[in-house]
Parts: sequence; structure tokens; C-alpha cells
Amino acid sequence: MIRYTLGRLVSLIISLVIASLVIFSVIEIIPGDPASFMLGINAREDTLAALRSEMGLDQPLAVRYFDWVIGLLQGDFGNSWTYKTPVSELISDRIWVSLPLAIYALILSTLIAFPAGILAASRRGGASDVTIMGATQMGVAIPNFWFAMIMVLIFAIHLRWFSAGGFPGWSNPLQGLKSLTLPAISLALPQAAILARIMRSSLLDMLSEDFIRTARAKGLTRSQALWRHAVRNALIPVLTIIGLQFSFLLAGGIIIEQIFFLPGLGRLIFQAISARDLIVVESVVMLLVFTVIIVNFAVDLAYAAVDPRLRRKA
Amino acid sequence: MKRGLIIGSFLSIIFMGLAFFSFIWIPYDIETLEISNKLKNPNLDHWLGTDHFGRDILSMIMMGARTSIAVALLAVGIGVVIGVPLGLFSAARRGSFIDEVIMRGNDLIFAFPSLVIAILITAVFGPSAVNAIVAIGIFNIPVFARLTRAAALPLWERDFILSARVCGKSEVRISIEHILPNITNLMIVQGTIQFSLGILAEASLSYIGLGAQPPTASWGRMLADAQTLVSIAPHVALVPGLAILLMVLGLNLMGDGLRDLFDPRIKGDRT
Repeated sequence: MIRYTLGRLVSLIISLVIASLVIFSVIEIIPGDPASFMLGINAREDTLAALRSEMGLDQPLAVRYFDWVIGLLQGDFGNSWTYKTPVSELISDRIWVSLPLAIYALILSTLIAFPAGILAASRRGGASDVTIMGATQMGVAIPNFWFAMIMVLIFAIHLRWFSAGGFPGWSNPLQGLKSLTLPAISLALPQAAILARIMRSSLLDMLSEDFIRTARAKGLTRSQALWRHAVRNALIPVLTIIGLQFSFLLAGGIIIEQIFFLPGLGRLIFQAISARDLIVVESVVMLLVFTVIIVNFAVDLAYAAVDPRLRRKA
Repeated sequence: MKRGLIIGSFLSIIFMGLAFFSFIWIPYDIETLEISNKLKNPNLDHWLGTDHFGRDILSMIMMGARTSIAVALLAVGIGVVIGVPLGLFSAARRGSFIDEVIMRGNDLIFAFPSLVIAILITAVFGPSAVNAIVAIGIFNIPVFARLTRAAALPLWERDFILSARVCGKSEVRISIEHILPNITNLMIVQGTIQFSLGILAEASLSYIGLGAQPPTASWGRMLADAQTLVSIAPHVALVPGLAILLMVLGLNLMGDGLRDLFDPRIKGDRT
């Protein structure tokens, strides 16, 4: 296990280094000088030079890269060019919308997918299986931003159960949660469809295993064997997928936040893109990539901890 | 599951047909705005109604089909043209240092959240259909590289490959003449799936304004325009969404159906 962990750790560090290099160089090759962009076309040459040296733009590339990475490691993302406040503050304000949204969606997706997948597998070939599988085909094919619009039309405009967008803050947790409900459902739907399919096929694989036949031979009914033995074993691949889905949900929130006017990382990144505030874009993208890579790493480790065969293979 | 294949192919052919047909004829020109005719419900003149500029929605859907299909197909093309040779090469030199580098590189691309990177690429290089193709295409490369390698590895152990080697054929020739024809079916199935994912990705990118730019019609942009109108004229938002849904559904059903057709051992109801 130690060798496996070390191996994964090395590839984690390599991934992070390459990711930071890619993001840094992508931002670097953008034409245009951020200093002149900030000061406008009438700026005087000496003011420009002063701002450039203040922003560190007169340093060599390698120095700027290392400064940036060292800053990141200390939680210092630099100062936003348009807001003039530390990027870390901008991010920490908004992460309390994006993160709860992703977690909410993950919980919903699991709550929908588990019963649906188990029901479909236990009634294989039956009417409920066919219905659930048909529904998952639709769920995978629906663009989630369109689904969000339809839900706004039904639940916010016609039924008036929810507001069509905006976020009142966490001072009243129930209100906050309510305003994240429609976004979380639209985010969760495609993931729930994928998860339900995986749950079903993983369960069906388990049902053909020897230990299920033994359990049946002992006199357990099909559904007893399923609940007591198959579900627990089928969960292993499903848990991996849940881990991976978290990163999809965090990144997918970018679009959903736009639809519901939620002040999260997604809106921050789009505002920063249109204002050419590249240091904010760079930081948010790096943060998301960092989170995804760390989550994948954690999933790998958790998987190996549960399934010893994987450790030996590595 | 022959039924799925038939329904799926039917839906896919309809949309591709619409896209091709739009080169010959569309009901109305989508670049002339007729404000007096705006937000009309579906009627005999405009089968799917008109949008907020009075443009015919059916014509917009036909032109949008062109954009979606072109972007998604070219993105699959990038994946196949770069990914398949990489996978073949990896399999031919299995266990070598280069194989390791290619596979780790694939893992790395997989680790990136594709949507975020696509947004970064289009934000940096400017929104356009071409940048959308590249942004989607990059993430197709590791998919095809991995699949090709995984499918080619067992083939290299087979007797007919051994005889080809005895004949003195090089690894490159064996890969092209013997490995490739044996994995084509698999590539067609995966290509269909990636095609459908590409349609969804293109719609997302153009929805947030990072895909094809106006006046080029695209389904995602139609939805973005419709967002504020959804309460006054729901059909403006319903039609493009349904188009995306049916096209993606059709391609997925077709992909599943083709997989069962090519490999009867895997039963479609398992996945």
C-alpha cells in the first residue's frame, strides 16, 4: 500500500506541475499587455512602466512562474486587476456558493441513482427496468442548461414555488438551500442517469458471481441475496464514479450558475473573462483543476484501500 | 435491442438530412430580420414559429444542425486522427518508455476538467467555432488512444500477427494492415458516442457564448437568446432544446445498437 501511495503521489505532483505550466503558458501567450489594458489607451509611458513593475510583468518568465506557484502554495493568488482586491478573497466569497451547490447536487444524484439502479437490476427485463433505462437514456441526452430553463419555466414562472435565480446568502440557511435547489437538480440529473446505469450494471455483474449462487443455495430469495450481498459489493465501482462526478459537478456548476444568476466561481470566471482580468481566470481555473486532480487522487487511494487486488497490480 | 438501433439511426439520419438539405434550401433566410413578425407561435407559414427577431425557427434549426454536426464531427476527427495512431504505436511498442509516456499523457488530459479547459481555450483565443472544435477535440484524443491500445494489445498476441511478423512485415505495416481493420468496429461505436458528447459540448459552449459566433446559427446560442423570453414564448426555448435532446438520444441509441450488432457477446442490457 505504501508503494502504491507513493507511486500515486509522484504522479499527482507531476500532474499538478504540468497543469500549472499549461495554465500559466496559456495565459502568457495571450496577446496584449494587461497594464495598458488597465490604464486605457491614454496612459503615459512612465505610468505604464511603473504599473508593469508593480505587477511583476517586467520580470523574466521563469521568475514569474515560480513567484506565481510559490504564491499559490501560500494561498496568495495575487491581486485582481479589475477588482483591486486579493484574488483569494474573491474566491473565498464565491466558493461558499459553488461548493455547497456541487455537494447538494452530488447528494441528489446519489439519492436518485441508487434506488433507481437497484430497482432496475432487481427487476431486470421487467417494466420498471425498461422504464428506468429509458429515463436514463433521456437523462444522459438532455443538455442540463436546457433542463434548467424548463424547470425555471415550470417551477419558478408558472407554479412560483422557487425564485428564478439569485442567491440570498447563508444568513438564513433554509432560504439559501432553497435557492440552490433548482440549480442542484439540473446539475444532478445527467449525473444521476449515468450513476443509475453504472449501479445497475455493477449489480448485474455481482448477481452472476458465485457467492450470490451460494447465498441463493442457502435459501435466500433473489432480493434477499441482492440486498445482503450484491449491493455492498457493487458499491465499489459506484463509489469511484461518485468521486469522479464531484469534479464534473464543480466544473459543470460554471454554466448552471450563469442560468440562475448565482454569485459563484462560474460567474466570477465569466466576469473575469469579459474584463480580461486574466489573473482571476488563471487562479479559478487552477483551483478547479487542482481540486479535480486531488479528488481523483483521493478516489484512487480509497479504491485501493477497499480493493487489495489493485494495490498488488500497481 | 434492434429497436434502439432503428430509432437511433432514424433520428440521427433526420438531423443529418436536415443539415445537408440546408445547403440546398431553407424555408426562410435567417439573416433577414422581420421584427414585425417576431415571437410568432408555430403556424402554417412558420412550422416551428419565429424568434425575437422574426427569424424562422425551422430554418435556424436546420442551419444550427449544420454547425453542431460540423463541430462535433471535426472534434471526433481530431480524436481519431491523433488518438488512434498514438494508441497503435503504444500497443506496438507495449511496455516501452514511449508507451508509458503516451499513456501517462492520456491520464493527464483525463484529469483535467474538460469544460473548464474548453472555457479557458476559447476565452484566451477568442470565441469561434474553430476554437470550440479544438477545445472539444483535445479531449477526444485520450479516449481514442486508450481504446485503440486496449483493443490492439490482445491482437498482438494472436497467431495471424505472428505469421505477419514471420513474413517480415514491419510493426507499422502490421498495425495498418492487420490491427487497424480489426478494431474499426470498435472505433465506429466509440466515434458515435463521442459524436453525441460533442453535440452536447458544442451546445454548452455556444450557450455561454464561446462557440460559433453570430450570424452563424447554433442550437446553444438559440437557447441563450431564448432564456429571457421563456415566459412569453416558450416554443423559442423548447424547440432548440428538443433538437439537441433528440439528436444526442439518437446517436446514443445508435452507438449502443451498433455495439450489440458488432459484438453479439455483449448484451446491450448490461450497460
